[in-house]
Amino acid sequence: MRTIFLHLHPQKVNASALRINRTFGLGGMAALLIAVQLLTGILLRFYYIQNPASAYDSILFLKNNVLFGQFVRNIHYWSGVFLLMIAFLHFLRVFFTGAFRGSRRVNWWFGLVLLLLIVFANFTGYLLPWDQLAYWAITVSTNIIGYLPLAGDALRTAIIGGRELNGSTLQNFFNFHTAVLPLLMVVLVIYHFWRVRKSGGIMLPGTPDNSEMVPVMPYLVFREFIAALVLLAVLFATSALFNAPLLEKANPVYSMNPTKAPWYFAGVQELLMHFHPFFAAFVIPLLVMLFLICIPLIKIDDTQEGHWFISERGRQTAKSTAVFAIAVTLAGIFFNAWVMNFEIMLPGVPAWISNGIFPAVILLVLMAAFFYFHLNRKMLTKAELVQAAFVFIMMAFIVLTVVGVFFRGKDMELVWPWNV
Amino acid sequence: MKSPQQHPEPPTPVITRRDFFGLAWKGLGILAAVEVLGMIISFIFSGKNKNSAPPKQLLEAGPVDSFAKNSVCAFMGGRFYLARQQDGGFIALSLRCTHLGCSINWEENKKRFICPCHSSAFDISGEVLNPPASRALDYYPVLIEKGVVKVDIGTLKERKTTGKDQFTYA
Ligand code: HEM
Ligand code: FES
Repeated sequence: MRTIFLHLHPQKVNASALRINRTFGLGGMAALLIAVQLLTGILLRFYYIQNPASAYDSILFLKNNVLFGQFVRNIHYWSGVFLLMIAFLHFLRVFFTGAFRGSRRVNWWFGLVLLLLIVFANFTGYLLPWDQLAYWAITVSTNIIGYLPLAGDALRTAIIGGRELNGSTLQNFFNFHTAVLPLLMVVLVIYHFWRVRKSGGIMLPGTPDNSEMVPVMPYLVFREFIAALVLLAVLFATSALFNAPLLEKANPVYSMNPTKAPWYFAGVQELLMHFHPFFAAFVIPLLVMLFLICIPLIKIDDTQEGHWFISERGRQTAKSTAVFAIAVTLAGIFFNAWVMNFEIMLPGVPAWISNGIFPAVILLVLMAAFFYFHLNRKMLTKAELVQAAFVFIMMAFIVLTVVGVFFRGKDMELVWPWNV
Repeated sequence: MKSPQQHPEPPTPVITRRDFFGLAWKGLGILAAVEVLGMIISFIFSGKNKNSAPPKQLLEAGPVDSFAKNSVCAFMGGRFYLARQQDGGFIALSLRCTHLGCSINWEENKKRFICPCHSSAFDISGEVLNPPASRALDYYPVLIEKGVVKVDIGTLKERKTTGKDQFTYA
């Protein structure tokens, strides 16, 4: 075991690679949380029953009759939340230190796949308790798939095995959750680590020979050990204080108000409140994915690699773009909710124009103006421009998610978080 | 070429035998992978595809006269609302909101269906009163035999808007 673990490490690493603000240890934390998920998930499987008639009761039994049942369930729940957040932060870290070009780009792509797998693991797990929260969140999310052009309806029917959630949905989700996705993830994580070594360790700025090499054992391993202990302590404390949610048993004829998608899809759901589903659930996510996939293929002058935010100017631009993105997204949300709604305002026009092309054009005009009057004046390099685009997308996504999770209450109206 | 002998070189073919077999093996490998993938996909989905036409499943709702005009009666077991229009026509409206599939509720005082998820509203015929829903409610065919209203809950029909032919009259 020890040798396997050490084999994932090189013999020696660069001393400056150990500085905490290089990586914040995020990748390692994600790996640890995946291990926690595997362990607690296998424990949960000793009690969980995957059919609609007994799933909910098996969770109740776990809560009420099993020693540490509630605690193990809480750990699995919170670790899933932490894992997604930390994997997302890890992805931001990799982007902002420019560690995705050259031979590292393969790992960028596999990292994107891993991020998706983690989202799907969370999503498939969400249904398993078969309570009202699970049932309706998954109903709403899978119905979004139905809006995809051409194959949407068939795809949705295939995924849930029928017209509405039923026993085969639960069996599909359970199997993906406890077999397919964990297996894929373990394989990819090992490959991911191996590729980091193959690219000569983590990204460092400038020429590496300005600092000494230190042996991995004990320097790196000891730090990893401390980071792991702290993370586990935070995770266990959270799990001891806050229970994983469990509402009444799923009731297909009674919907909850409001019904929200799981929190990581709250951004997409918020987008759905403002855009025609074809744009919100298909065009926009697809373009974002395409952008993320293509980022490492953009040819740039690579002298600035490894510096946080590329340069001082890059940092400034990233800040102003973030502010712009927050302002535009919030303004769009409020404008659409309170001032005017194009679909209601233009009743004769097809929804995909009034609620699709129309707001998209307005948004593009605003972005073009920002580019022309602000970014263009700063004589940015290509890399800095790409970074600005990335900051815009991520900030908009974060704002949409926060609004969707914390500011949408009854009837999906905008409310203060304490009224949600 | 390793051989030191001095005899005229045969013209180098564009594809050597070795290249050819290499390619052939690769092609076979890809073919095999595609086949296995196809097998896995059809294995997973063929047994679960509920798209094939479901059998007719008649649910008896009750005698025509027991439903007042301009009123709605919930049949939660059949997952529909039996709505009788002002002109006496019957329609069995699916419980599912056409936006994202939540269960709608009938509000008697406002004579409309309201969806608790994102507040779409529909009138008694299933027509959209309020977005985000963009399609009228789905419905099940209604038959009236010997004065008894029956609903075919095996056949769900989708529609864009309400049309005269969707209602059944006694
Ligand atoms: C990265 C991997 C994983 C993530 C992100 C994840 C996430 C989740 C989430 C969010 C839930 C719902 C919790 C709730 O709402 O109560 C859940 C439930 C569950 N998971 Fe996982 N999981 C992962 C891996 C696993 C593995 C490997 C197994 C088993 C081999 C497993 C077994 C289960 C079981 C049995 C449940 C139902 C019990 C419950 O809902 O508390 N999970 N998972
Ligand atoms: S599901 Fe009914 S309004 Fe969204």
